[in-house]
Amino acid sequence: MKKQDKKTEEKQESKEEASVEANPEVVEKGKKIKEDLDKVMDEIDDVLEENAEEFVKNYVQKGGE
Amino acid sequence: MKNRIFGLETEYGLIFTPHGKVYLPMEKILGYVFEGLIPNSWPSNAFLTNGARFYQDTGCHPEYATPECDQVFDAVVHDKAGERLLERCLPIAQKRLQEEGLSGDIYIYKNNTDSMGNTYGCHENYLMRRDIDFWKVTEQLIPFFVSRQIYTGAGKVLKIGGKSHYFISQRSQHIHEKTSSSTTSSRSIINTRDEPHADAEKYRRLHIIVGDSNMSEYATYLKVGTTAIILAMIEDKFFIDGLELDDPVKAMREISRDTTLKKRVRLEKGKELSAIEIQRVYLEKAKEYLSFVEDDPVSRDIVDRWEFVLDELSEDPARLDREIDWIAKKSLIESYMDKKGCGLDDSRVAMMDLQYHDINQDRGLYYLLNRSGLIECVATEEDIQRAIEMPPQSTRAKTRGDFIRFAKAKNRSYTVDWTYLKLNGYWEETILCMDPFSSENQRVNELIAAANVQQ
Repeated sequence: MKKQDKKTEEKQESKEEASVEANPEVVEKGKKIKEDLDKVMDEIDDVLEENAEEFVKNYVQKGGE
Repeated sequence: MKNRIFGLETEYGLIFTPHGKVYLPMEKILGYVFEGLIPNSWPSNAFLTNGARFYQDTGCHPEYATPECDQVFDAVVHDKAGERLLERCLPIAQKRLQEEGLSGDIYIYKNNTDSMGNTYGCHENYLMRRDIDFWKVTEQLIPFFVSRQIYTGAGKVLKIGGKSHYFISQRSQHIHEKTSSSTTSSRSIINTRDEPHADAEKYRRLHIIVGDSNMSEYATYLKVGTTAIILAMIEDKFFIDGLELDDPVKAMREISRDTTLKKRVRLEKGKELSAIEIQRVYLEKAKEYLSFVEDDPVSRDIVDRWEFVLDELSEDPARLDREIDWIAKKSLIESYMDKKGCGLDDSRVAMMDLQYHDINQDRGLYYLLNRSGLIECVATEEDIQRAIEMPPQSTRAKTRGDFIRFAKAKNRSYTVDWTYLKLNGYWEETILCMDPFSSENQRVNELIAAANVQQ
């Protein structure tokens, strides 16, 4: 148990360290990407083909080249 | 960068989903698509005014071969131009369907596998000097091609033993040999097809079928650019020794299966290296090579991006979700799974795995990411649109483009191939163009000038 606690503590410490060192520009960029990706997630259901299972199953090609 | 001709051939996946119960043979659908390209005819092989070739490949795939390019950037935009040309054909083909009283949707995918495990390719072609020992070429190139999938892979969700896994490359599971002459039965890392479409005493063709089709321009740029640099090194006898793999085909699969990129593969000498480490050996040697030859901005740019990509991959592959296809798609799928609380074996994930490659910009998920500003592009849309009409101006493709434009303006039928041009008519002469580096052809110029005088 004690060992585990120590591990968690260490983890938290290293997390704090990381956040101290984090470049605000990078954090800001990361946030923006997350927001943009969230927006994509909202849009994806509109474009994603319905009946996905059927569609993928039917997607059969002859080998090429 | 050393003078070289290269081109990409892309075979696209094609499917028709009827709204009713009437299915159509794919030949018919492909016919409608081609009608969109060249109205009132059904050519299964057509050269276009941008010097490219469109044709029906084995297995009923639409295939686009870029014109001869001598700049890496041109190869990227002409590859994209092929996508746009096909996309333009879609509404025309849909209309033809409606005229026949059929309703349904046509989909075209720029990927390399279907749900049954059939595969179709993206072939890279590089013109090489004939006087280099081909065995030496393959020995130098195999570890490079086995490992470069970490930045050229297009990603694939595959079920193995009933469990879904995310693989780096679409093609890696379909490669069975080190070298072979076949492209359909035993696909290999190095294909020995050798049709240089040029003076065969001086040149040979390196035909590479091992790569994935890329949606990402950045990946295409690196794929062609790094390969061109390695080829220049080999031609200048600047060899990289000691990287021979114990079992390249197996190594390729192992690398494809590990998205953490930590997997080490065995070399002949018993040492084990990861794909990143193998690529780093090539990169360092390339930097050394470039310091000996004349400095040029294109090679420097390729090497800078190559180094950037390897650095980022070593840190955390997720950092390249704007540049590299397998990572962009993986990040999209993971966000979706988070949001929906589903797993990799969910059918919607399989759909995303496919739809990422839809060339219809309104439907394709790569294009959804691009619209949202989440993709790093190399070219602008204007560059791509220009390439739909305009061949590269410094290769044989220019002559071909000039000739086709002329024949069309004069309403003359013509026969064209990579190395010759001919207006149809028994009295017309065949114009040979054996030099792919030559953008001017005196006889084509005379033909056009004479027609202008007659006017």
